[in-house]
Amino acid sequence: MNRRFKSLAATLSSVFLTLFGLTVLTFLIGRVMPVDPVIAAVGDNAPEDVILRVRAEMGLDQPIPVQFLHYLYQLAHGDFGMSVLTKNPVAQDIVRFFPATFELATAALLLAALIGIPLGVWAAVRQGSFTDQAIRVVCLAGHSVPVFMLSLISLLIFYSALDIAPGPGRQDIIYDGMIDPVTGILTIDTLIAGDLGAFWDALAHMAQPVIILAYFSMAYIARMTRAFMIDALKGEFVITARAKGLSLTKVIWGHAFPTVAVQLVTVIALTYAGLLEGAVVTETVFSWPGIGQYLTVSLMNADMNPVVGTTLLIGLIYVGLNLIADILYRVLDPRVK
Amino acid sequence: MVSRRNFLIGGAALPFLSYIELADTAFAATPKDILVVAQQLDNMTSLDPHEGFEAVGGEVMSNMYQKLVRANSDNPDQVLPVVAASWEADADNKVFTFKLADAKFSSGAPVTGEDVAFSLQRAIKMNKSPAFIINQFGFTAENVESRIVAKDEKTVTLTTEQPTAISFLLFCLSANIGAIVEKKVVMANEANGDLGNAWLQKNSAGSGSFKLQAWKASESITLVLNENGPYKGNLKRVIIRHVVDPSSQMLMLQKGDVDIARDLTSEQLKALQSDENITLVRKQIASLVLISLNQNNANLAKPQVWQAVKWALDYEGMQKNIVPLTHAVHQSMEPAGFPGTVTDTPFKQDLEKAKALMAEAGLKDGFDITLDHYSAQPYPDLAQAIQANLGAIGIRVKLQSAENRQVLTKMRARGHEMALSAWGTDYFDPNSNAEVFCINKDNSDDAKKKPFAWRSSYKDDAMTAKAEAARDEKDPAKRLALYEQLQRDFMANSPFAVMFQTTKTAACRKNVNGFQLGVLSEGNSYLETNKA
Amino acid sequence: MIATFRNWALDESPSSRQQAAWGNRYRIWLNLRGNALGMIGLTIILAFIAIAIFAPLLATHDPATQDLANRLAAPSAAHWFGTDELGRDIYSRLLFGGRVTLGMVIAVVVLVAPIGLAIGCIAGYFGGIVDTILMRITDIFLAFPRLVLALAFVAALKPGVESAVLAIALTAWPPYARMARAETLTVRGSDFIAAYRLTGGSSWRIIFRHIMPLCVPTLIVRVTLDMSSIIITAASLGFLGMGAQPPSPEWGAMIATAKRFIFEQWWVAAIPGIAIFLVSLAFNFLGDALRDVLDPKGN
Repeated sequence: MNRRFKSLAATLSSVFLTLFGLTVLTFLIGRVMPVDPVIAAVGDNAPEDVILRVRAEMGLDQPIPVQFLHYLYQLAHGDFGMSVLTKNPVAQDIVRFFPATFELATAALLLAALIGIPLGVWAAVRQGSFTDQAIRVVCLAGHSVPVFMLSLISLLIFYSALDIAPGPGRQDIIYDGMIDPVTGILTIDTLIAGDLGAFWDALAHMAQPVIILAYFSMAYIARMTRAFMIDALKGEFVITARAKGLSLTKVIWGHAFPTVAVQLVTVIALTYAGLLEGAVVTETVFSWPGIGQYLTVSLMNADMNPVVGTTLLIGLIYVGLNLIADILYRVLDPRVK
Repeated sequence: MVSRRNFLIGGAALPFLSYIELADTAFAATPKDILVVAQQLDNMTSLDPHEGFEAVGGEVMSNMYQKLVRANSDNPDQVLPVVAASWEADADNKVFTFKLADAKFSSGAPVTGEDVAFSLQRAIKMNKSPAFIINQFGFTAENVESRIVAKDEKTVTLTTEQPTAISFLLFCLSANIGAIVEKKVVMANEANGDLGNAWLQKNSAGSGSFKLQAWKASESITLVLNENGPYKGNLKRVIIRHVVDPSSQMLMLQKGDVDIARDLTSEQLKALQSDENITLVRKQIASLVLISLNQNNANLAKPQVWQAVKWALDYEGMQKNIVPLTHAVHQSMEPAGFPGTVTDTPFKQDLEKAKALMAEAGLKDGFDITLDHYSAQPYPDLAQAIQANLGAIGIRVKLQSAENRQVLTKMRARGHEMALSAWGTDYFDPNSNAEVFCINKDNSDDAKKKPFAWRSSYKDDAMTAKAEAARDEKDPAKRLALYEQLQRDFMANSPFAVMFQTTKTAACRKNVNGFQLGVLSEGNSYLETNKA
Repeated sequence: MIATFRNWALDESPSSRQQAAWGNRYRIWLNLRGNALGMIGLTIILAFIAIAIFAPLLATHDPATQDLANRLAAPSAAHWFGTDELGRDIYSRLLFGGRVTLGMVIAVVVLVAPIGLAIGCIAGYFGGIVDTILMRITDIFLAFPRLVLALAFVAALKPGVESAVLAIALTAWPPYARMARAETLTVRGSDFIAAYRLTGGSSWRIIFRHIMPLCVPTLIVRVTLDMSSIIITAASLGFLGMGAQPPSPEWGAMIATAKRFIFEQWWVAAIPGIAIFLVSLAFNFLGDALRDVLDPKGN
């Protein structure tokens, strides 16, 4: 009991340290950004007296340590501050933007894992064959074409020419303002509202960005799976199992894959965390109001409250996913003591 | 024909047959009473008309609020009545009396003299970025209640500090800072003595064509019809969708998912010119593209170098090839479409002349210099062309691209050497640009006023005097003549090479008509827009 | 002479450490030569490197010369790959761009891989407080949104190729560290490491001579896959004004600027795109082959 408490305390303190480190770094970045945040607030053409007044209102005329302490004090009280650009509290903005990213990222990760892992295993089993090469080229193509090109070409083909996918945005204009946000995740909210039409519409709008994000992540997952799997298939226990006359399928999925699964956990956790960071480019082309756009626009305008808030959220996700990956590692792998 | 939804649904959802029936009717196109616009909305920070001070927000606000008067986009010498029915000045040109027309707020209440006086007082008292447009007439938070007064239900008087040309005052009142808000509604939503500022940033209380239903940052703005307002067409709603990527805008427009696309590039517009489903609404707007030469650099401070740069640039070539549909060659500091603007373009590329000027400046072998420019197109392309042009006369330019806020920050700190940037005019009067380009009285680093000229350390007392004389001239015709002379002087003799004026194009689907673009964004209007 | 080297290198009983090392290297090369795809990859990479080196000889035009009247021209006899948005010859720009792009990619990899590997292995091997400290630092960098981190460099450094390389390296090392640590954790407890420890091998020696080589194959897979994303990341940094400055013909930047007319003049974007694809594919082939050859578990 006592030991468990100790390890929990250690974990919590390390999480706290990471987040504190993030806060300090982000704050410093905000102060060295070569962009004057006051311009975003008042416009470039504002007269000097307004600029000076607003700078004081924003507390930017104080020494940096004072600004930092003030920010920490705010943060300790659960206040992430206001966004200069959206005129909303940062927390409120994040509640609106994050679910949109979460929805995309989760769907994309599932798709990428469901396709990437079997492809990787398949390639490993057929190592060096034509299948192996074909899988490699297909995966790699997704990684060598800039996402904006992939997205635009997808829109041109599936939306514009073939007419089988909806255009940019999260939903059709006729559903605008009709679905009350409960979770912010549109596919769930539409179901809660019981509006199936809106549900299918939301799902259809997700299809293209999800497939593109998944394609991008799939390349990585498939390649790593293949690499791990090739190692696993060389393992003695696999050879033994094979010698005992077990079928190939059984050996692959029953014996080799479980050892690989452990390593894949880290790969998938990192991929997921990367996706949850928000994909600015995909969000831009598909007009998806996600966290990536929010962060980028805020950063470009040196609107630092949203930047710190979002960074902390993303940091928390990373830390959380890593913790889970670490725990799974210890649980799943007998070799780790 | 199988529509895309049917395709998707047909495969995935047999149990929901009833929906399939719905789908065909519902998705035919965007509904007739809803106008859908694709536009980049990311710089918008406030929809309070006495605070917001950038182009996109300016346009949205001007469709929600009315002003006493508005500028006539087609005839720049004229001011049209809106909330004011008539106006007159006293003999001293100091007291101006406005008689109000009948207008109603979205709440249904009539627009009264009290609302008008409150609105103008509010603008002065809050003293946000655009307040200088009207406080330059001597209004301050302390005196404004005695200088802007509602005489009765339908009469308001303004008393200026100095004798003032009425055309100047009217043009300034036509800016969004002169918007009329409903006093009762705004004050009911006041918090911490903010005169309703926080509330009005995200709500509306005006008498314009539409009222604000929702502003979702980075997503959309939804306007709904103001039943009591001046709009007489068939639209019930206008949805402005934040679509950043011009290519996405283009595809959505061609597909009919949006009715108007606002931010298409030159190449895309070229392709649309021959598209019979699309009409292009074009307007030269008050935004200039120019090169600033910072005077704190010894080489750039030589007047021969100013001249050499201006003679080295291939204006025609760049316009024709890089920005054919989005910019026109323009060399005056006042934008075309404003009263009294000089539209001739004396500078052409003449490399021999430019080289001779460089030699005259004692810089036969040229010099090295850095040019800062925005990273958004077309600036990088223009910058590279400029680099080649100046290279031909020995000026070795190093390019430094950055996000536009970053370039502006650098210029405001006087950190640039040469900068390629844009300047947007604030209000519909020649003084708006003349003041920032010509009037710089204190060139020290901690000056009280830091106009555009100050950023490049440019201070010319003669130019300052001429600009002030033009501003204060009471006779409208004479005033314009002074501004004309000022523009020619500035063109010939200043370290700013104005190159282009921006042309905005709204690409509309054929069934949409009557959308208007103004020289300033507050002239962009849905007032006469209909959808068939 | 080649034959002599061959005999010397493949000597079954090498007389010196050096000879044994060369023997090892030569055997790796022999294995690699037997791998057809690996050789294809190597050939393509060498070809591109040669192209980059000899760009001035191979180019038909000056990559910086503009011809505004002839912008966005289709491929023709005069301009083999057409012209770009300022009328510059795309073929020549592609050649010269190889220098910038390949140089950046190699610089990033050289910076990132050893650092990530070392940190990950050290943390995984020692565990305890060392692990905690190193992994907290890794976590902070990993948890940082990459763009924020990269942009911080705009402030600290002058925009250009060098700072782009540093910015990418700064955001790219943590995954390597984590992978290396994970690998280390799985082998740390294994018998042969325990055996080394019993023979009195110092920790550092065990890490650098025995654990790190075990992590190299996974690392190579990741590096070769990252090659393409490094090029693409460089392009997006260029978009923020941090990458190669115009008129430098960097491949990623060439694609980024051609985005505007991707539907109308597709070849302007497609040609650097194909170059990036070919190079990535080649690195990938080579990486896989190297992995098979280097894998200590396989020998």
